Amino acid sequence: MSISRRDFLISTLKIAAASALPLSAFKILSPAEARASVEASTVRWGFIVDTYKCVGCGFCVKACKLENEVPYEAPVTRTWVERYLILKDGRMVADTPLGGRDGFTSLEIQEEVVKPEDVAKAFFVPKLCNQCENPPCVQVCPVGATYQTADGVVLVDRTWCIGCGYCIMACPYGVRFFHPVYKVAEKCTFCYHRINKGMKTACVGACPFGARQIGNLKDPNDPVTKTIMTQRVAVLKDEYGTKPQVYYIGLDENVR
Amino acid sequence: MTEAWSYPEALWTVKDMFVYPNEYIYWSVQIVMYPLMTGLVAGAFVLSSLYHVFGLKDLKDMAKFSLVFSFALLLVAPMPLMFHLQQPLRGMEVFFTPHFTSAISAFGIVFFSYSIVVATEIWFVYRKFFVEQALALKGKEGLGNSLKQKLYALLTLGAYDISEKALHKDEKAVKILAGIGIPVACFLHGYAGFIFGSVKANALWMTPLMPVIFIMSAIVSGIALCMLTYIVIMEWKKFRIKTSRKAWDVTAAEVGGAEVDLIRKTSRYLIGFMIAAITLEILDLVFRGYTAVKSWEILRSVIYGKDFVDIFILQYTIGNLLPFIMLVLPGLTIRRTAIALVLVIFGVFMMRWNVVIGGQAFSLSFAGYMHYKLPFIPENIETYKEGFFGALTIGVMPFALFWVINKFIPSLKYHK
Repeated sequence: MSISRRDFLISTLKIAAASALPLSAFKILSPAEARASVEASTVRWGFIVDTYKCVGCGFCVKACKLENEVPYEAPVTRTWVERYLILKDGRMVADTPLGGRDGFTSLEIQEEVVKPEDVAKAFFVPKLCNQCENPPCVQVCPVGATYQTADGVVLVDRTWCIGCGYCIMACPYGVRFFHPVYKVAEKCTFCYHRINKGMKTACVGACPFGARQIGNLKDPNDPVTKTIMTQRVAVLKDEYGTKPQVYYIGLDENVR
Repeated sequence: MTEAWSYPEALWTVKDMFVYPNEYIYWSVQIVMYPLMTGLVAGAFVLSSLYHVFGLKDLKDMAKFSLVFSFALLLVAPMPLMFHLQQPLRGMEVFFTPHFTSAISAFGIVFFSYSIVVATEIWFVYRKFFVEQALALKGKEGLGNSLKQKLYALLTLGAYDISEKALHKDEKAVKILAGIGIPVACFLHGYAGFIFGSVKANALWMTPLMPVIFIMSAIVSGIALCMLTYIVIMEWKKFRIKTSRKAWDVTAAEVGGAEVDLIRKTSRYLIGFMIAAITLEILDLVFRGYTAVKSWEILRSVIYGKDFVDIFILQYTIGNLLPFIMLVLPGLTIRRTAIALVLVIFGVFMMRWNVVIGGQAFSLSFAGYMHYKLPFIPENIETYKEGFFGALTIGVMPFALFWVINKFIPSLKYHK
């Protein structure tokens, strides 16, 4: 086999160019990044909702919408409050007008006006993303635009989400929606931008009654961890195997 | 916040009783069209493979046509998804950064491998024709002829050997490709079923039977659409020749329209797959009712209440039972078959509708309902894309594509 010097050089150049191309596709990690990716995180964010303390004022919803720039009048919200009435005849009625943003001031619920004397028990249940340990929304994202951080929070990459809506379908809690402006999947992030700076989430800060608390579940001295370890708490819809990390005190069997 | 915002989902979703605030009908009519289209692709391909692989001679004339038609349908299959995506320009990411724990991420792999199989099979089936055309048109005058010659020369891919031996090899390749194609076609559609069946949050969708049900109803719809298109095209050809004063190189009697014998034979396969599809669907329903888990209460109220007409009247009675009776009664005519086929396709459409829309008819709270109002008049881009006319666009597309493809790859034979 013979090859001219000219052909040899051209081929060499071509091969070099072709092999450099895929190499550039790999990301080189800095030592700190590499360590962070293998070492277990010392933080696991968790949440407590004390339903006994919630009065349904809706401040948390207001604060969340403003903090996280979800259009105020849009019908969707990252966190919301549900009102449950259990009537003396055993029926359950519930509602969440505008996600409870403006509070609950009307006796009209599910298109019927309930007389106070007919109510056996009534309570409010704030809801937000459960930041599941086994999040189905992350599992079903076809492009990997939604992911779980090392400290347990599920986030969405707004620059990469294609807006197929599969994650919205996969969430048993209905916490996901399309952002009315950015047109990508949107969800509660436990105010990730705040908690990373040592602040509380907007909803925790806005709650006048301390019904909401956020903490580090890996820290045994964290008040949230202590409460979960020592009190009787429950999670929502554990039958889906999602291992939710928002714990409820005083959760009623009627809560959906 | 001063930015303009919109929430089109709120336009077509009507909530009733207790529904979570973020719940809407997010998957609307285009997600009904998507499994319908992939189903038609898979069905049309399986029909052509019945001849190529299993040598069912009675399907010979249908095989070529359904293969080419399957290709036209295939090109349309991803379009409903593009209509549906909030960020259609990012659709390509599914191919670039597939996240393999998601059923949708398989789309890139399945779709491309299937496209390759179908395109290659068509090439082997038509290679002789391409070579003949390329040679026959050589040196003929006129721009059209020269362009056509160039196209056919390109389509031969330089393989001009049409000796007996080479053609025999082609046939073998077709058989192998058709064989590979059956599982790939079933996977293409079975995975569409898996997309729904694996959503554990949705009580109606979550069943391992979903992929199998989807495959069976896919084959039903594919065969029905191929038969119907075949009947319409052949009868139209006959009608045109009969009524026009122009001289044709064939006479109406020679064309003879659709062949009742061929139609009768194909319809037998259709009936077989229909029985399989309906049996599985009924099994699913019976099982849900019998086991009656937590979600059954709300499912029952949807299936036997809110969606009763859609499920039992439109889907099962008009879409399944009626055409079934029409097809099994003796003395099958072309006209009766054509009507039955329209009903069968309608039935499969309603089945997709009842899965996709029906699956969102109840709230995750199991204490409320959502009703879908199909946007009819396209007031803005969203109500076009996710409305009646968007769905119609998708529905018409395969026929338009087939018309173009058929100009170069004629798949319908006129008897002489």
